[in-house]
Amino acid sequence: MASLDLINVQKSFGPVKILHDISIGLQNGEFLVLVGPSGCGKSTLMNIIAGLEEPSGGLLRLEGKDITNVAPAERNISMVFQSYALYPNMTVAQNIEFPLEMRKVDKASRAERVKSVSKLLQIEHLLERKPRQLSGGQRQRVAIGRALAREPKLYLFDEPLSNLDAQLRVDMRTEIKKLHQRLKATIVYVTHDQIEAMTLATRIAVMKGGVLQQLGTPYEVYNRPANTFVAGFMGSPRMNLVKSRLSALSGGGVALTIQEGTGAKVQIDLPPDVVPAALMDHVGQEVIVGVRPEAVSLAGADMVAGPLQRFVEAQVEVIEPTGADTLAVIDLGGHEFTVRLDPDLSLAPGQRCRFLVDLSKLVCFDAKTETLIA
Amino acid sequence: MADAQATAKAAPHAHGAAGIAPSFGIARLALYALLVVLAFLFLMPVYVMVVNSLKPLDEIRSGNLMALPQAWTFEPWLTAWSTAQIGVQPTGLRPYFINSFLMVVPAVAISTLIGALNGYVLTQFRFRGAHLLFAAMLFSVFIPFQIVLIPMAKTLGILGLAGTVKGLVLVHVVYGIGFSTLFFRNYYAAFPNELVRSARMDGASFFGVLTRILLPNSAPIIVVTVIWQFTNIWNDFLFGVSFSDFSSFPLTVALNNLVNSSTGVKEYNVHFAGAFIAALPTLLVYLLSGKYFVRGLMAGSVKG
Repeated sequence: MASLDLINVQKSFGPVKILHDISIGLQNGEFLVLVGPSGCGKSTLMNIIAGLEEPSGGLLRLEGKDITNVAPAERNISMVFQSYALYPNMTVAQNIEFPLEMRKVDKASRAERVKSVSKLLQIEHLLERKPRQLSGGQRQRVAIGRALAREPKLYLFDEPLSNLDAQLRVDMRTEIKKLHQRLKATIVYVTHDQIEAMTLATRIAVMKGGVLQQLGTPYEVYNRPANTFVAGFMGSPRMNLVKSRLSALSGGGVALTIQEGTGAKVQIDLPPDVVPAALMDHVGQEVIVGVRPEAVSLAGADMVAGPLQRFVEAQVEVIEPTGADTLAVIDLGGHEFTVRLDPDLSLAPGQRCRFLVDLSKLVCFDAKTETLIA
Repeated sequence: MADAQATAKAAPHAHGAAGIAPSFGIARLALYALLVVLAFLFLMPVYVMVVNSLKPLDEIRSGNLMALPQAWTFEPWLTAWSTAQIGVQPTGLRPYFINSFLMVVPAVAISTLIGALNGYVLTQFRFRGAHLLFAAMLFSVFIPFQIVLIPMAKTLGILGLAGTVKGLVLVHVVYGIGFSTLFFRNYYAAFPNELVRSARMDGASFFGVLTRILLPNSAPIIVVTVIWQFTNIWNDFLFGVSFSDFSSFPLTVALNNLVNSSTGVKEYNVHFAGAFIAALPTLLVYLLSGKYFVRGLMAGSVKG
């Protein structure tokens, strides 16, 4: 297990820049998830860490040692591939011991290692089978087993769950998390699935167009997204983003006015204690307000708003029960808001209701740069 | 269309017929008739060869080429194999059969291995000019044999390999690399890239990847290349007749000398037997691995 430092890593193919100046420092035992839409450069970055591609600029350090020009085999990094990449001509046992065999580990210790790894992953009964005789989940375990076998300093996972069906994906996700907790390994994990990123990571790196958008804990990335892209990408349903006018209130604090098209104007007053200083500079301008679906709830008739809550009136447009909770699309100042409500409510489309907005969950972005105003 | 409907209707009744229920529409009948005619056409020469190689010579001269032997005899086969006059020596085809084997086995093995190596390098290492290099190797496939005869004879002379089986091996390896590279390159282009990358990360060396990962998963294309090379090299006459002498003639040249000898009686039955002996190894190779041949040619065309 080791620390990993990426320092100003760049990659370009001719004039096309794939990665812009990526710097990430990773502590021993961290679980970093690289997440982003396809084509954001996350797989390229992983290949660079693996040594399968060369960076056009920048440095990589593993355990403080420069590995920028070290061959993949000498880096002591294991990788689990999306297609598992199990060698079809070898049995499960041979697959697991292959990296050890290539490192000239003697036969007895190889067998020992295969035994302990297969026990850890509960694949002891599969050792004599060929990969094609295994199910998707079993192949996944074997692939992880092969990565574990040589006890590398760093594990790389390249979208390892995307070939599995939905149920198995959730199970294996938990398995991987357990494995991380048990091994205390340093892991870099690539995915385009933001839920995987949220559940697994100790830190998330959100990427887009080869640029690192935000690096932070799942909590930070979810609650304080650095810009509107991160805000929209993390979380499902997406964070509601709406343009609004910012005006100063007489008693301190600011008012957000939301009005799109011909919709009825909606005003949300923010008390001074939730307004960051930087926001005051934007008074009189447009900002983008971000509201998570779960920051809005249905207000009871006799409910009193707390100091960090505000009532808004809105019309319900669409109801989407998901079982665990009910998603509703409401019309707020002419803008469609998705909100996450209790599953037991009886609401009908067309109904006008009073909703409660949690101000502590509200974030504002600069309308021009789309970055967080904090 | 009507036929397809009939098939569809018949299918549920035909248990276990895997959906290809027999349906004797006119189109199908015509198809089978055509196949039978074609099979007959292809098998006719084989029949003539076998039948006449098992007859005494006077039966051929007096009788009908198509008729079955009245007195069956293996004598022509034995003569062709061990006592027939080839050139000046009454050695039969046996020494030349051995020559052919000594030529074909290393030539096939070496050209297949080099093809695999080339395919590996051309697909897994995207170096500058890889496409140009491949195009050049592909071009070698289209060079007619006759053009290279004289330069090749000169080269063999310089190398001191003129008139030897080793020289023939070299010629066939050089000529075979174009084809075998083409086969392996296309197979490895469709080979899952992640397997190779995984092996590299696991610590496999350049040759480790080839011998542990690529070759063990290349059975179909190896079979195709081996059949292709074996057939071409075994059946080659031009290089054999140009670059060998009495001691190193391959079987094809010896067969020609047997059949074309201008002295004595034309022993057609011996000629037929000799021709059959010359054709047997390729026939055997096809029979033993024919199904891989089709499978290998299709490999890569459908993502599996």
